[in-house]
Amino acid sequence: MILTPLHLCLLLSSALFCIGLIGALSRSSSILVLLGVELMLNAANLNFIAFWRYGPNPAAGTGVLFVLFSIAVAAAEAAVGLALVIAIYRHQRSIRLQDARRLKG
Amino acid sequence: MTGLLIIALVTLVPAAVAMALRNVIHSALLLILSWAGIAAFYFWAGAEFLAFSQVLVYVGAISMVVLFAVLLTRHTRTDGGVAPDTLGRALAGLLIGGAVLGVLFGAVLSTPLPIGSKPAAAVTVHGLGVELMERHTIALLVVGVLLTVALLGAVVLAASDSRSGPEDAR
Amino acid sequence: MNAMPGIFAAATGADSLLERWPILFRDTVAGFFPAPLQWLVGSLISILAIVAIFGGVFAALTLLERKMLGRVQNRPGPNRTGPFGLLQPIADGIKMLTKEDIVPRSADHLLHFLAPVALLAFSILTFAVIPFGRNLVPLELDAAVLYFFAAGAATELAIFMAGWASRNKFSLLAAMRALAQLISYELPLLLSFVPIIMLAGTLSMTGIIDQQAGWNFGFIPKWYIFTPWGFAAFAIFLVAALAESNRSPFDLPEAESELIAGHLTEYSGFKYALFFMAEYFGMIALSGMAITLFLGGWRAPLPFLEFIPSYLWFGAKLLGLLLLFIWIRGTFPRLRMDQLTRLAWKFLVPLALFNLGTAAFWSLTSGWSGPLQLARWGVAIALVVVPFVLLGRGLSRGVAPRTYRFA
Repeated sequence: MILTPLHLCLLLSSALFCIGLIGALSRSSSILVLLGVELMLNAANLNFIAFWRYGPNPAAGTGVLFVLFSIAVAAAEAAVGLALVIAIYRHQRSIRLQDARRLKG
Repeated sequence: MTGLLIIALVTLVPAAVAMALRNVIHSALLLILSWAGIAAFYFWAGAEFLAFSQVLVYVGAISMVVLFAVLLTRHTRTDGGVAPDTLGRALAGLLIGGAVLGVLFGAVLSTPLPIGSKPAAAVTVHGLGVELMERHTIALLVVGVLLTVALLGAVVLAASDSRSGPEDAR
Repeated sequence: MNAMPGIFAAATGADSLLERWPILFRDTVAGFFPAPLQWLVGSLISILAIVAIFGGVFAALTLLERKMLGRVQNRPGPNRTGPFGLLQPIADGIKMLTKEDIVPRSADHLLHFLAPVALLAFSILTFAVIPFGRNLVPLELDAAVLYFFAAGAATELAIFMAGWASRNKFSLLAAMRALAQLISYELPLLLSFVPIIMLAGTLSMTGIIDQQAGWNFGFIPKWYIFTPWGFAAFAIFLVAALAESNRSPFDLPEAESELIAGHLTEYSGFKYALFFMAEYFGMIALSGMAITLFLGGWRAPLPFLEFIPSYLWFGAKLLGLLLLFIWIRGTFPRLRMDQLTRLAWKFLVPLALFNLGTAAFWSLTSGWSGPLQLARWGVAIALVVVPFVLLGRGLSRGVAPRTYRFA
């Protein structure tokens, strides 16, 4: 069993993904949940770059371009998500996820 | 290799601590450090353009929006005690996260991956631009539309509705 | 890492000795060290030179600013320390160093300490890619313009940290204002230099300066400021840069008539001085950026003046821009918060977007010559002036013209 740099990159990204997952599952502040999702997205980006760097064809910039688009989508997601948080706060006076259950049947 | 380990430390430790802290501002600032670490990873991997984009978008823009949202939603009521269901949720989250971590680590470690021997040819900014405008034009346009719609949507969602006065007066 | 060979290869230009001595000096000193350490020593010399020179510029600038503001306000300015008050920066430095460093008991101690350090570090980082002269680029990057704005974007974060960690309502208000200001003005700042990148076709600073080489009619330099879209972009850049570096008239985070000293309220002694140092460094860095993007970098303005070394030209342009900033500070009253954001979103951003179109037109019509050249200029100028007038009218609707009843 040899640990190549690619293995290390993948381990790093999976650890980051799990930190984001734990945060998104266990925190009750909706801002932190959003940030956890953001971390998971970043971990996926790390994987793209790792496979681009050590893949068979690093001269093609496909991995870089994919991450570029992903960053743009993440920015849009963060803006809309935080706007949602502020809208929830205006209605509930709280950003705890447990309090936002008005629509629960 | 040592560079990668340092980057992993700078990325993982702040992220883990941020998810455990009670102070949301501290969490946000630590996560910004973690994002900067990810930018360092991109730089290490030879994607300079991406590293600067990451810093510009995450450290420069998203962090500002996050901090603004935290300041606008100062929660005073829930600061007192820990809600009873929090511990259970945290335990469940840790269990699930740990299980996923185990599965991912096992999968990665048991897979024989090709050893990256040849250094990657640096992708220049010019090359990226050509690629972006020739092969991925549609994607670029779609992202542009998406960003515009997201901006408008965020403004509509966050803008206070001036007609429903009593709602804001509380 | 891959920029390192470039640094040492740069010294082989066919320029005069006066032009090359900084590079020669660095390579000579680095030559005394074994080969693996040479790039480290070379970089350290660059860093030391930047910190020493711009530290000196900072000290001189504080005095210059106070003297000039005094001139604008019809008073002498500092004139007690040394001849004409020339030793004032030294006296200020001693005073700042010997003052007690007070940290509020309820402050967030770590962030309170980190804020000025981070602010200064980020503003010094931006110096790394500015070409101070021919071959005098500390770090040659493919995406240098992007690097500059990435490093600069982090400074506002430090201001937020300072305001939040102080646990003072005025500081917190200042932090909020700083964030709002950044979100508003980052966009016009970024949009203002997109036409330059579009026309130059590169993100590298040296590439952009190379594009501005040469002369029209033998004496008008081909700087981007001498084109209609370039001038408009320069104006937008200047306004946005003033706002980005928290200079008056956009110094709302530290508006003393409203917020005591804003995010600086709970800082004293040397930390307070660090904030000022960072503000001036940020101003110098943005001026350097404006010089590179719009004013031809280190190039001489007239062909027969080219014998003067390039770094002196850079210094002269830098001094000119800094004096302009000080002049603006002495002239304009501070904006209100709503005016500030309205100016950014309703005026500067649309104007910058229109300017993008103007630059595209300019780029498409680069083949026109003869009388078509006149038409090209006419259309481009119209494309700049008409949106400016229309947007300006929209901006001041309901506000101007104002009748002064008691004046």
